[in-house]
Amino acid sequence: MTNEGRQVVIPGQILGEIPALQPGRGTFVENKKIFAERLGVMNIQEKFIHIIPLKGRYDPVVGDFVIGVVLEASTSNWMVDINAPYPALLHVNEVPWEIEFADTEKYLNTGDTILAKVLSVDESKKLQITLNDRNLFKLKGGHLIEFEPSVYRRIIGKKYSMIEIIQKYTRCRIKVGKNGRIWIDGDADGIEKVLAAISMIEREAITFGLTDRIEEFLKKDAKDVR
Amino acid sequence: MKSDRELINSEGRRLDGRSPHDLRKIKIEAGVLHRADGSCSLEWGGNKVLVAVYGPREAVPRHVQNPLKAIVQARYNMAAFSVEDRKRPGPDRRSVEISKVISEALEKVVLIEQFPRASIDVNIEVLDAEAGTRCAGLTAAGVALVDAGIPLRDIPVACAAGKIGGRVVLDLGKEEDNYGDADLPIAISPRTGEVLLLQMDGHLTIDEFNEAFDLAMKGCYEVSEIQKKAILQKYQSAAAEVQE
Repeated sequence: MTNEGRQVVIPGQILGEIPALQPGRGTFVENKKIFAERLGVMNIQEKFIHIIPLKGRYDPVVGDFVIGVVLEASTSNWMVDINAPYPALLHVNEVPWEIEFADTEKYLNTGDTILAKVLSVDESKKLQITLNDRNLFKLKGGHLIEFEPSVYRRIIGKKYSMIEIIQKYTRCRIKVGKNGRIWIDGDADGIEKVLAAISMIEREAITFGLTDRIEEFLKKDAKDVR
Repeated sequence: MKSDRELINSEGRRLDGRSPHDLRKIKIEAGVLHRADGSCSLEWGGNKVLVAVYGPREAVPRHVQNPLKAIVQARYNMAAFSVEDRKRPGPDRRSVEISKVISEALEKVVLIEQFPRASIDVNIEVLDAEAGTRCAGLTAAGVALVDAGIPLRDIPVACAAGKIGGRVVLDLGKEEDNYGDADLPIAISPRTGEVLLLQMDGHLTIDEFNEAFDLAMKGCYEVSEIQKKAILQKYQSAAAEVQE
């Protein structure tokens, strides 16, 4: 295994010049030179330089599936914490239930966990989320843990390979939000193992062959596999 | 103020044995705190500084928010045990000023346009002080911002120069700061050479000022290399461990 193509870059580091390469995510341009704007690993795809961040807050994008925690219920909406720099608004029109005026607390109250989708992000970063879609609902019971949002792709794996492996060996129900939150429901042993696997992924996020190592790790003391 | 001891002898040796162009020993470690989004611990000679960065998060109270960009709120604080006599805890005139100039210096390098209405909070805690704490604080804040994954144009860095016994020297120590003739702390963006902070205490002629400024700049570039090394060491080691 080599570390080629997985170079760690720091802000202000020069990455290339404009005619030969093009600026992508996580970069900025000054005098036709491309610089990194944040700590991450460099990735070049078809002349476009991207920085895959190693750390940092979740940056909400329309259509993302996120796990939110209700902060407060008002007469016609809820404020939901989705781990972004700003709280998100969930309007009564964006939930699948018929709600009488000021009856919001009967359905969702402070501390409840929901699986939601980002509906809109405006230029001043005001956020709206929705529950009006398939696979969106209130999460009852279970455990909520947080991870570094930048390793979301590693936790999911290529074509969901990683998350499927974790589910297979631990027999837990798992929902992963793009905002750096995971909801797990299952027996204590299973949850314990998911936690260990997630922290292993976080630690080793910038290395190759991670899926195989996780499978090996989970296989070690797996009793019954579905 | 005059001291009985010579701050710099005829051979150009200083009290701690450094030559006029030497920095004190610097040690930087990134990511030392688990609860903060980003952190850094720094030792610069006898200075010990701990920095924690939080955010970007919604700025409160609402009236401090800027609808177009983020604000940077640095808070410089000296621990009661950081100086020889006990320092009365809490913000005083000096630390309010330092907090303000550091906030403004950091605002110039953070890409604040990306986070309207947000605040980036930088807590600078001076645990042990031995002259040049604002430079140490700002240098550590730069590393902590990178560690927090906040988008930056550059990693800010600071260093001081000054005048003792009639000679311009780099990075004043405690006695040199107390009994010297002048102190000139500066902070720069090392990629472009832009000045982010410049203060002066004492008297310098124009020629001496220019000499001290150039010297401090050179010191900044030296410190910048140590900063970069500290960050890469922290994040490349994760990759190397598993490669073996």
